[in-house]
Amino acid sequence: MSSRRFALAAGAIALAAVATPALAQGAVAAKWQWLTFAVFGVIIGVTMFVTYLAAKRVHSAADFYTAGGGVSGLQNGWAIAGDYLSAASFLGIAGLISIWGYDGFMYSVGWLVAYITVLLVIAEPCRNIGKYTLADILAYRNNPKATRIVGAISVITVSTFYLTAQMVGGGVLVKTLIGIDYEISVVVVGVLMLGYVLFGGMVATTWVQIIKAVLLVTASIVLVIMVWSQYGFFGDFLNNVIADPKIQARVAQILGDGAKNMSPTELGTRFLEPGLLFKAPIDQISLGMALVFGTAGLPHILMRFFTVPTAQAARKSVIWAMAIIGGFYVLTLFLGMGSAMKVGADQIRAIDPGGNMAAPLLAQALGGGADSLLGNFMLAFVAAVAFATIVAVVAGLVLAAASAMAHDLYVGVIREEHVTPQEQVKAARIATVIVGAMAIAIGIAAKGQNVAHLVALAFAVAASANFPCVLLTLYWRRCNTGGIVLGMIVGTITAIALVLVSPNMTYPKALKAAAQKVVDASPAKIEKLTADLAAAPDDAAKAKVQKTLTGAEKDLTAAKGTLDKFKGDETSLVGLEKPWFELRNPGIISIPLGFLSVILGSLLYRDKRADDMWDELYARQNTGILAAKAVAH
Amino acid sequence: MADTTQYDWKAIVADQRFHALHRKKMAFLWGLMVFSVVYYFLLPIGAAYFQDLFKIKVFGPVNVGILFALSEFVVAWGIAFYYAYKANAEFDTAAAEIVMDVEKKYGGRK
Repeated sequence: MSSRRFALAAGAIALAAVATPALAQGAVAAKWQWLTFAVFGVIIGVTMFVTYLAAKRVHSAADFYTAGGGVSGLQNGWAIAGDYLSAASFLGIAGLISIWGYDGFMYSVGWLVAYITVLLVIAEPCRNIGKYTLADILAYRNNPKATRIVGAISVITVSTFYLTAQMVGGGVLVKTLIGIDYEISVVVVGVLMLGYVLFGGMVATTWVQIIKAVLLVTASIVLVIMVWSQYGFFGDFLNNVIADPKIQARVAQILGDGAKNMSPTELGTRFLEPGLLFKAPIDQISLGMALVFGTAGLPHILMRFFTVPTAQAARKSVIWAMAIIGGFYVLTLFLGMGSAMKVGADQIRAIDPGGNMAAPLLAQALGGGADSLLGNFMLAFVAAVAFATIVAVVAGLVLAAASAMAHDLYVGVIREEHVTPQEQVKAARIATVIVGAMAIAIGIAAKGQNVAHLVALAFAVAASANFPCVLLTLYWRRCNTGGIVLGMIVGTITAIALVLVSPNMTYPKALKAAAQKVVDASPAKIEKLTADLAAAPDDAAKAKVQKTLTGAEKDLTAAKGTLDKFKGDETSLVGLEKPWFELRNPGIISIPLGFLSVILGSLLYRDKRADDMWDELYARQNTGILAAKAVAH
Repeated sequence: MADTTQYDWKAIVADQRFHALHRKKMAFLWGLMVFSVVYYFLLPIGAAYFQDLFKIKVFGPVNVGILFALSEFVVAWGIAFYYAYKANAEFDTAAAEIVMDVEKKYGGRK
């Protein structure tokens, strides 16, 4: 059982790497870092033990990809939540709420509503006719080779975008939280994840996701109860939000001149109203479309429905997932606003401008502050859960990408299904190592890049390519190979191309113009402030001016840095001086285009097989005939 | 993949009961789907274009916007439970009958 020994070794390496004293300062003070490692060590220990047990049960490709279809509805519901609640939603949404109030909470809604699409039209039919991958569904009645190729490419594209965001975001997050070097944290996440997936396949991945989801929900419930005990439940809580001086100051800061004639209560009330963050409604709607239709096309989520034995279990798992995910987002409202009161937006933004530290700092503050054992234990716990979150999500993504590579491209297209069961498992493991190594390499290569929009892009591609193809092949008789190939290509390319020419990219010319403005204005401004400083009547006034002065000097240095960085650059990655497409989220254009392409491609192409197989597919997706048989072995 | 050619899928799909199941299910699913999508997009649309409405206080500190955002959760869960109830009670039974017939005809599970 050398594979099990390897699993343990991977865990040991990961632990050793985390414990290496190559540490800088993070949110966790150096004095308390051992506590974080202790909590994290326990989590790694438990999950590695699960992997050790799981490794014994992985014999076939079905075991590796789908845990042999032996996951229950309840287990799968928790695993879906663990797969879906990435660090971005766990830490990011709490941060958005703590900094921007109502708009942050509104943002979370789409992430739950997305599961209605999954529940109503995707989960059960996919369970009834699918096997291991998204392309299995496309290949059912269409030309298997052609659809497997386009399906696998799209799956690998979506997973790679998502994976890059997780690896880079995770590396930064762990550095901010614990102070571990970026590269080390990327390697640790990669090695751990490889340990789970390679040896334990879907069984271990499922359990890692379940354990992570349980930890996440437990931590949130504990924190929210502590918040409630201090600030009151619903009505009292919101009254406290309105009356809180930190929140009032934050709203005044956001509104700037607009806040001049507002009373403190009005400022606090404004925090509970829309419009502080989102100024471009069309962009919000476009993002909403990508979420609501894209989740149903995310390969790592779709794959989870092949792990349950029946359509009923698939249904049950979505219901559980919706209860857990929705409940979690409702709790996030209190976590976010709680940390806005307890910690304050200024302090949260000082450590991380995106707000990712809202929940961790709230935990520390609730436990008694930066010098208390309980406070640091709670911070350590949240930090460890964040790390586990990244590992669990990455594991699911790698498994999805590896299955597309091994099952669709290698077994399906190259070997044309002529493979022994042993070869299938071997191919799956080799693909896992390739994707895992790729994830680590991309993570290190993309250090310092802004990857925040890559998650939204992954959803956009899933919504514009995968979703129309899966939906129409399941429900539309006329759909055929021509439509799937055209839809996949047009959907993927449009979504990516629109982002490449959108404001998400870096436009040196505009940046330099703005920086030049700062540089030009700075000398006069600094001179005036220096004069003010000398003329300040008392220490308080002096300190205030000094603060502005330091800020102005900082701005100047930053602006000079920008000018230096883009010296000689005039255009963005694709040669544009300014964005050609004004929206950050391409969904509103690319999703309809994706659907249109599937329809047009299908109408223009003749495909007898797609037509002949329709009755079979339609009968099976609706009734589940033969579905039980598919999991019997 | 299991050998599926021995089944007469045309006959199964042409069966009156399959037809009835499919018709009922499609109307129900797509009705719910359209409702949920429309209800969801009312939130960002309302927050952007009907801010004055969203700012109206209903009781205490609670305004229309907060209630509406919370209602999104309740509605999503409501749809999920309603669908599960309907599927468990009606669709599953109808589908099970069809599956049983098919299995009887083709020698049951292998």
